[in-house]
Amino acid sequence: MNAMNAMNAMNATAALGEPVLTARDVSIEYEVDPPVKAVRGASITLHRGEILGLAGESGCGKTTLAYGLNRLLKAPALMTGGEVVFHDASGDDIDVVALDGEALRRFRWNKVSMVFQGSMNSLNPVMNVRKQLHDVFTTHRPAMKRAEREARSAELLTLVGVDPTRLSSFPHELSGGMRQRVMIAMALALDPQVMIMDEPTTALDVVVQRGIIREIMRLRERLGFAVIFITHDLPLLIEISDRIAIMLDGEIIEQGDAEQIYRAPGHPYTRRLLSSFPSLRGDRGDFIRTGVAAGGAA
Amino acid sequence: MSGPATATATSTLEARHLVKDFRLRSGTKVRTLHAVKDVSFTLEPGRTIALVGESGSGKSTIARMMAKLETPSSGEVLLDGRVSATRGGGLARYRRDVQMVFQDPFSSLNPFHPILHHLERPLRIHNPRLSSRQIRERAEELLERVRLSPAATFADRRPHELSGGQRQRVAIARALAPGSRFIIADEPVSMLDVSIRLGVLNLLAELQRQEHLGVLYITHDLATARHFSDEILVMYRGEIVERGPSEQVILDPQHDYTKTLLEAAADPDRLGRLRDDVRNGG
Repeated sequence: MNAMNAMNAMNATAALGEPVLTARDVSIEYEVDPPVKAVRGASITLHRGEILGLAGESGCGKTTLAYGLNRLLKAPALMTGGEVVFHDASGDDIDVVALDGEALRRFRWNKVSMVFQGSMNSLNPVMNVRKQLHDVFTTHRPAMKRAEREARSAELLTLVGVDPTRLSSFPHELSGGMRQRVMIAMALALDPQVMIMDEPTTALDVVVQRGIIREIMRLRERLGFAVIFITHDLPLLIEISDRIAIMLDGEIIEQGDAEQIYRAPGHPYTRRLLSSFPSLRGDRGDFIRTGVAAGGAA
Repeated sequence: MSGPATATATSTLEARHLVKDFRLRSGTKVRTLHAVKDVSFTLEPGRTIALVGESGSGKSTIARMMAKLETPSSGEVLLDGRVSATRGGGLARYRRDVQMVFQDPFSSLNPFHPILHHLERPLRIHNPRLSSRQIRERAEELLERVRLSPAATFADRRPHELSGGQRQRVAIARALAPGSRFIIADEPVSMLDVSIRLGVLNLLAELQRQEHLGVLYITHDLATARHFSDEILVMYRGEIVERGPSEQVILDPQHDYTKTLLEAAADPDRLGRLRDDVRNGG
């Protein structure tokens, strides 16, 4: 109950639940010459069951931040400051930055799972879907019996809208959309409380993309996990997120309700990003058919 | 830079009953993929036609046939009402009028050559009488026109030293170099960062207006298709399933597939609706 006072004061919305993941002043550097400060003092609070959109252009640090939250950074990337705390459903707070060895292994995928960028191409091409799903259980749930693994794998595929007979399929026999659904099934396997999705639908056609987004929303309602949804597609984020954080050059320059970001953006960059997408049915945004660019040359 | 003044009155680039079949071989089986099935439309100077559809719908195949990078299985491409040669000098003359801007500005420029080379080469090929100095002047003029200015600072750089948006500007300048009348732009901004996409599209629109170009704009993005073109053709599995003035196609779609595409496009005005929809069991 006392977690309530940890609620982010920035958000006036009453509907927000308790925080499930809090990051404060996270800084991440790539220790190359000269060092690159990829993330600078980023703070975010993810609430139980919410979709937090993380928007920004390539190179702004959004993927690096996501890796930091999940302790996936590899040299030369190094978290140089800040704290990440996972507020487990059991009531325990887990200091993610301090995790090590076996504790870290138990944390990953169990508590926070991830759908990686371009992950539909990261399935192992010489293993069928069954083997790759079972692999999650043999690693993280060694006590599970084979029949249980099989039943759970089939259940997961059904959950994401893929026919369980596809367990025997190899990745090349599946469409891009189906492969992405399998990746989501894999991320759901251990009932995580948080899923980080890094551009999960960017490479897919719009119609397929829409189907998968709808599936994610449906699963969230049913299973109650929270999502950090990373993309450069701001109109999509506005449509599906509860709250949105905008990143620019490693900093979170603005965060707020999706509605507030859309209707009353505070930062000039947010406004610029918004006006980069001409409206489908309404105004013309920055696009002027007669040719004179409002923003000038890029 | 503009084409012969006398030609503009009758100037057209027409796709007439274009068909393209690909033979696919897997093991001993051979099957035919009907990539494009009987597609016709006409590009006119000063007008933009957008070809929209998902990947695999055949839109890039059409672009490649219009640019004569691919030979139609049947049907023809007519320039000013005439069938033009598919090779030799006739093809070179065709290319003076019809140029293409490719999707990927990272692979469409040669990494070994400086920016200037990419513009001087088409200038030299299509204007054999010009002196080296005149060629260089024209190339720099082109750089200025696509707002890579001052031209001298870009001329000697190599593609990897430029951002994606700058590279695509070079690709546009290169397409204009022969004095083209028609530009085929195949997803010209889909690989660029979002905040610079409109800048490049605005540039293309501005040049189109100044040069009175006919543009075929191929995209999967309905919003820019609406704002950037006069007419939209919606492709599905090799066929045009709907065509009409841009505003009409987007705001009042008739075909089910167009409706599906529009329904699937992100629209911030539908904020929260998907969530409510899903909550109510949709």
